[in-house]
Amino acid sequence: MPEFTLKIRRFLPESGEAAYWQDYTVDLEGHRSVLEGILTAKADQDGTIGIRCSCRAAICGSCGVRINGRAALACKTHLEEALEGSESEDGEIVVEPMGNMPVIKDLIVDMDAVHWKKIQRVTPWLLPEGDPPEREYVVPHEAMVDVTQSMACIQCGACVSDCLSMEVDPDFIGPAALAKAYRFVGDPRDGQHSERLNDLAEDPAGIYDCTHCFNCIEACPKGVAPMNQIMRLRRAAGDDYEINDRNNGNRHERAFTSLIRDNGLLWEAELLPRSYGGDSFFGKFAPAAGLELVDSLPSITRAVLRRKVTPMGALKPHKIPKEDLAQVQQIYEKIESQDDRFELNLYIVGEEVEGDTEVAVETEGSSA
Amino acid sequence: MPAHDVLIIGAGLAGQRAAYAAVDAGASTAILSKVHPVRSHSNAAAGGINAALNPEDSWESHAFDTVKGSDYLGDQDAIEIMCREAPQEILELEHMGVTFHRNEEGLLGTRAFGGASQARTYYVADITGQALLHVLYEQLLKRHENLARYEEWFVTSLVLDDDGQCLGAIARDIRTGALELFSAKAVILASGGAGQVYKPTTNALICTGDGIAQAYRVGAPLMDMEMIQYHPTTLAENGFLITEGARGEGAQLFNADGERFMERYAPNKVELASRDVVSRAEQTEINEGRGFEDGTIALDITKVPRKRILEALREIVNIGRDFAGTDITREPIHIRPGQHYIMGGVKTDVLGRTPVPGLYAAGEVACVSVHGGNRLGANSLLDTLIFGRRAGEDAAAHARTKPQRPMAQSRLDDEQRWIDGIIARERGGRRVSAIKDELGRTMNEYVAVFRDQAGLDKALEVVRRLKEEEQASYIDDSGTVFNQDVLGAIELGYMLDCAEAIVLGALERRESRGAQYRTDYPERNDEDWLKHIDISRNGGDPELTYSPVTITQWEPQERTY
Repeated sequence: MPEFTLKIRRFLPESGEAAYWQDYTVDLEGHRSVLEGILTAKADQDGTIGIRCSCRAAICGSCGVRINGRAALACKTHLEEALEGSESEDGEIVVEPMGNMPVIKDLIVDMDAVHWKKIQRVTPWLLPEGDPPEREYVVPHEAMVDVTQSMACIQCGACVSDCLSMEVDPDFIGPAALAKAYRFVGDPRDGQHSERLNDLAEDPAGIYDCTHCFNCIEACPKGVAPMNQIMRLRRAAGDDYEINDRNNGNRHERAFTSLIRDNGLLWEAELLPRSYGGDSFFGKFAPAAGLELVDSLPSITRAVLRRKVTPMGALKPHKIPKEDLAQVQQIYEKIESQDDRFELNLYIVGEEVEGDTEVAVETEGSSA
Repeated sequence: MPAHDVLIIGAGLAGQRAAYAAVDAGASTAILSKVHPVRSHSNAAAGGINAALNPEDSWESHAFDTVKGSDYLGDQDAIEIMCREAPQEILELEHMGVTFHRNEEGLLGTRAFGGASQARTYYVADITGQALLHVLYEQLLKRHENLARYEEWFVTSLVLDDDGQCLGAIARDIRTGALELFSAKAVILASGGAGQVYKPTTNALICTGDGIAQAYRVGAPLMDMEMIQYHPTTLAENGFLITEGARGEGAQLFNADGERFMERYAPNKVELASRDVVSRAEQTEINEGRGFEDGTIALDITKVPRKRILEALREIVNIGRDFAGTDITREPIHIRPGQHYIMGGVKTDVLGRTPVPGLYAAGEVACVSVHGGNRLGANSLLDTLIFGRRAGEDAAAHARTKPQRPMAQSRLDDEQRWIDGIIARERGGRRVSAIKDELGRTMNEYVAVFRDQAGLDKALEVVRRLKEEEQASYIDDSGTVFNQDVLGAIELGYMLDCAEAIVLGALERRESRGAQYRTDYPERNDEDWLKHIDISRNGGDPELTYSPVTITQWEPQERTY
């Protein structure tokens, strides 16, 4: 049987010592999981290793850890797959606790202090309007299948661990809690969609605090795609409820899309003024845009001095060839001509498999 | 010392439903669990939950299917209650926010399930248990002002007074190692089953029979412990569950000759016969050489349309891919029967009351008994919710009539000494993990789908030896913060108590009924064995007694599918 070496980050709070690394070598088949590797080491070699785990089948969400620097469920990661991902010279599989949360012991983090606090922030229970009907609420099948993607979340914290926005802004409500919020906003039985969206759009740590880094989508072991749920919250807030939030999030997105539509490339000098002053040529003359300009002067000056931008390059729109611009605009037309908003959803669309015509057809069908 | 009207131990569906009911009944309530509530094993119930909610269906039909499924060992008064109350429970869950999948009209949709004469299983894709568990937890968060949650606390003992009334429990804060007395006017055990007694098992690592053993140790009787369900479709290598929902959606079973063998064993229901029947059929095929080389059977899910698989069986697509390297939408997956559920447990009445005053039990830890000799798929979620609620309501009412009673501090000191003793054991004996491993393999070899006297005698001998060895077993961790090692040692003790009761029950029942198939007594024998086997231990060795099965309207008949 092959041998695997697990390099585990140990932290024993009672020892008074700093965290350290300890290697454990286990004999297991390569398709066995990293969790089985750790549990084998724990059973045969060292019972002091701390890791939360229960179901072993990626259902309970207990064993979120970082493997080779990325958040994952230990039970869902095969040893051979982890070895391939190893960046260590000696071929060790590096296992450490998740990020963005304080470590309690070894691989066990304090999820209450971060993850669960954030979940509670989004009023995580259904708020129906009025008394319930005598029988069930009558709602479209598609709506229930749609929210199943966020219901599939097992609260493992992998997305929270690897969220770059949260690293910068610990107040960010974060991917897991916002995906949870979509579970209510997407649920036709909930009576507080507008209140929920207003709350999450107006909060500086809310939906517009996400920077689209895709880390949560990569980290999520259940295909919840938290970032997609955040984007859907944004579209619901901006398009359906026309919430022009005080964080300028909605205006910023609109400015972004219309600048690309009109020019094919981004026009930085227009982007910020329009995000603050409104999405038109006159946006920059709005008082809010003026204030932002004054506020940004130091960084603009620095950028010019460091030759990151030239004044003319920034002030004039970038040009692309006419036929390219036409193609860009065709994409806009195609998307905007659709009756329904294009929504990515694992449960409805199915996953894309290379060379799988059946699924490709299905994807096209549901986007039309 | 924390003091509450109602203390609930375990925060899976039964515990959470009990907490919800007790809080709404106005009781000061606490829920305590050794894992965070959403990590509970109710998550693993994939396929759905049964209720005769459809106008064309009737609770009587659901009840009869359940009685027949139980091989007439279920108590029919309890089954009637469960099936009558099921539709209202589903509606309440729906109103609470469970995202049940709908039919074309937007009404609650159903799927077919084993042993049922109608499609009456309500579902959320194949994550029904997870959806229920997470939505109930939402409701507990909503009630945070009236509910104390002790998450990651481990119960070491129940505490009774000299008159045999339950006073509360002793629990260890896993995070700090501190031991506390919890005083309560009523205690509800909702700590799940004991699947870890077996290896492999579909059950999570936390399913170590804690509540069953805790109740047994303070004198509460256990009932029908021999009734261990083997699920027909578990992965060969690691025992992971492939939901019965797959067969409900149309998947079929084939032996190595390509024969759809269930047609021989259950000509009417075929793959959707009850679980004991399908598991036995599979094991027969395997034993008689018609299985695949690795001792398995093929489950062909490609019979289900791909779009439907992706929408409704997503979780097993993942499990197939991640844990068996199989794309279930394209090829059959290899499965075999594996330990899944314990029908037996702490004996209760229909209000969840055990014979120990003030002590309740609900869910897999309990034996009401609605499952008798064999549980129908999608009846376990229902059992947890109906009897969780009933226990919560009755415990709250019971608490109103009782004063809070003091507990002696000395009890805590004794417990601390016991735990310190485990930590301090010399490294002379075996490792706890080694004993657990031998226990699991022994049970899976001798107390499985087919049993006989010789095998059971052997199992009893091994279990009793392991009980001796356990006394001298040792661990590595002497710390206080998340000392999982010492908890594992205590769990091993719980598991060994459960295992002994399971083997004793299986030895005692000299007939074949439901999940208990004795090759040396291959027939069901209603004359001698249409009765429950109760096991209790009042301070000494296990004692076996019998209690009658309640029959209301369905006399035992021959059972065919």
